[in-house]
Amino acid sequence: MIPEIGQFALTLALMTAIVQGIIPIYGASRQNAMWMRSATATSVLQCILIAVAFAALMRSFIVSDFTVVNVVANSNSLKPMLFKIAGTWGSHEGSLLLWALILAVFGAAVAVLGQNIPLPLKARTLSVQAWISIGFLSFMLFTSNPFDRVFPPPLDGNDLNPLLQDVGLALHPPLLYFGYVGFSIVFSFAVAALIEGRVDPAWARWVRPWTLAAWISLTAGIALGSWWAYYELGWGGWWFWDPVENVSFMPWLLGTALLHSAIVTEKRGAFKSWTILLAILTFSLSLLGTFIVRSGLLTSVHAFAVDPERGLYILGLLAVSIGGSLTLYAVRAPKMEPGGLFTPVSREGGLLINNLLLALATAVVLFGTLYPLFLEAITGDKISVGPPFFNSAFIPIALPLVVIMAIGPFLSWKRADLPGVVQRVKWVVGLSVLAMLVVWYVQTGGPVLAVVSVGIAFWLLFATLREWALRIKLGQEPLRDSVDRMRRMPRASHGMTLSHLGLAVVMLGLIGSSAWKSEEILFVAPGAQVSIAGFDVTFEGVTAVRGPNYVAQIGALKIMRDGKDLGYLNPERRTYPVAQSQTTEAGIRSTFAGDLYASITEPADESATGKWTLRILYEPFVGFIWLGSVMLVLGGLISLSDRRLRVGAPRRRPQAAPDTVAAE
Amino acid sequence: MKRLFVFLPLLAAIGIGVAALWGLDPDRDPNGIPSALIGKSVPEFDLPAIAATGTPALATADLLKNQGPVLVNVFASWCVPCRAEHAVLSRMVEEDGLILMGINYKDKPEDAADWLDELGNPYARIGSDESGRAGIEWGISGVPETFIVDANGTVVFRYVGPIYSDKAMAAVREALSNASGGPS
Repeated sequence: MIPEIGQFALTLALMTAIVQGIIPIYGASRQNAMWMRSATATSVLQCILIAVAFAALMRSFIVSDFTVVNVVANSNSLKPMLFKIAGTWGSHEGSLLLWALILAVFGAAVAVLGQNIPLPLKARTLSVQAWISIGFLSFMLFTSNPFDRVFPPPLDGNDLNPLLQDVGLALHPPLLYFGYVGFSIVFSFAVAALIEGRVDPAWARWVRPWTLAAWISLTAGIALGSWWAYYELGWGGWWFWDPVENVSFMPWLLGTALLHSAIVTEKRGAFKSWTILLAILTFSLSLLGTFIVRSGLLTSVHAFAVDPERGLYILGLLAVSIGGSLTLYAVRAPKMEPGGLFTPVSREGGLLINNLLLALATAVVLFGTLYPLFLEAITGDKISVGPPFFNSAFIPIALPLVVIMAIGPFLSWKRADLPGVVQRVKWVVGLSVLAMLVVWYVQTGGPVLAVVSVGIAFWLLFATLREWALRIKLGQEPLRDSVDRMRRMPRASHGMTLSHLGLAVVMLGLIGSSAWKSEEILFVAPGAQVSIAGFDVTFEGVTAVRGPNYVAQIGALKIMRDGKDLGYLNPERRTYPVAQSQTTEAGIRSTFAGDLYASITEPADESATGKWTLRILYEPFVGFIWLGSVMLVLGGLISLSDRRLRVGAPRRRPQAAPDTVAAE
Repeated sequence: MKRLFVFLPLLAAIGIGVAALWGLDPDRDPNGIPSALIGKSVPEFDLPAIAATGTPALATADLLKNQGPVLVNVFASWCVPCRAEHAVLSRMVEEDGLILMGINYKDKPEDAADWLDELGNPYARIGSDESGRAGIEWGISGVPETFIVDANGTVVFRYVGPIYSDKAMAAVREALSNASGGPS
């Protein structure tokens, strides 16, 4: 009964979306206020209906209703409750429903919170948002219905892929989707603006909080995913340049560019056409990601069950949405009048280079991800593009980007005083070179690129701190005045500082853990000893433990350093009998300076000597990656809480806005 | 000029779309990256026999001097698809008269012996690769995997996954007849 209610709600949601996709936009062209206002009701209704469907599916998972195919395929009665709930979005169908739900949540949020958005723009935006909903709801109802029943029902389910039964990964999809799908509303705003034929600074201001919200979730989602890969896959790596990772990284890169170009549009009225294009492309890349993950187009370590028919349907959706919006862009963009003149050395100039480099980086990742497909289509050769390509193509773009990023906030709008900026950062340059030399001295033999990168990361770190200190006049005025200044500064500018610092911290983590990693793989029997990065590790053996739906072999590794006892590491190897697969739970000893990481796999030769394959790594500063990610997310949240951006905040008097404080 | 420029994103999107449409062909297997071993000599390995089965052991030398092509199948008793594949391979050995060699991957010899006892033993030789070392030499990505080695000991074909579907069987038969020099 409940699944039928879900199915029915989903069908009604599709009907509502169709109404929402037609009436408001038609009303906008006829200037019928009532029709335009209907968008508010329909978006909220659509959101409620999809939420009902989602709740119905979740309930089927919670009570383990094995008459529903999707539950049978992805759940098991023995599974812990958290993962039963997470199973709701663990499958292709369920995750699509989550997609549609978030799509509708963003539509409803704009409908309810966006009180200050002019009615025609709002009506058009919500109609465009409904078109996307129509696409996904119909896709779900026609090809991937999450509520399909099975008769006779089996006694128990097949269990969720055990790799996915993890707290980090239970939360990873919702966050990632919130980011991915969040860009849909920005896309809708852009298409609505193109239909309207008008883009002005106010438009950029309405769009920015939504971009920021999506960007924050995407950042958190990607960081969580990489953290999961780090401790769950047992390889000690956090990023593999796998196609599925790349498709989440591309919208992030382009979304970052959009975040910055929207500032220029908002403050200076420039980059209009570029901002619109970025808004369209960012969401297009999210759609492309969905398509690649679900169609089995590329080889990847993690993909959903593959079905070419579904792939064809999504490709059709992509053709309509991306093709349609880009055609609209090509027709309308030349008519947009350029605004805001500036000299090359200026805040605008800096952000332009930032945008070009980010777009170039995105293009490189896109090219690397799709190259195997192109090559196979043209020559028939099958290859896979791996980290060597991405590292050698991406890093040379990323490093200059970071160098420029550090100076950006020092530049003023329109025309910056370059000698003045140089004067202000000369100590920063000195400090960064010093940091570089210290690293070089301590770690002779490290790769030159890593030493240079460390220097650049410190350059970003120090320059950002210096800029923040200058802005609150730290040291130039009594401390009380500085604190006062800090309080009065818009939150967006603190957000920028924190996020830029976060990126520097992430960089240090990335560099430290990849350039100075030590690794040992060996077969061990109880009593075996190994020394790594100054630690003496003794393998004391393995005990078997029963979990709710798995059996675990837990290893005991005694850690000593300089004769001091540092306790135990307990890597696990879990076997899930129902899903017939195994997972690794790494044992990690995290400290500020780095992680000691251990994982074990099957006795290599149990019958003979009881030997285990032990993989042990020391990764310096790896924790900085996630610490920095938290700073990025927090910076974004602080910026989002800025009064100027707060959704629904009363409009400020126009004379207060322009050119006062540079936000980012 | 600017008018043309704004069409660039659309053109790029169309290009990607066309490639994607082509890529959706259900006969295309994106995971079918050819093994680096193809066209090379079999790797060096020397595996002990599984005593309980009475089947002789398997080493590199056994693959260098055969009359015709042989199948080298990587299997394990803990691998469920192997069970499905086993019946197909047994039938092929019976009906086509091909020679089948086995690498018992990361398996306990007694489990493997029980498994073969239960299902029958179509293998001419079996090497017990308890440590998975030979599996690394062969560059396998999982079990089951099947290779065809020609009479001179050159690896000519690799199949990832169980040989179970008609398509898989046809692919193996075709590769076998190519390896033995034309249709047999």
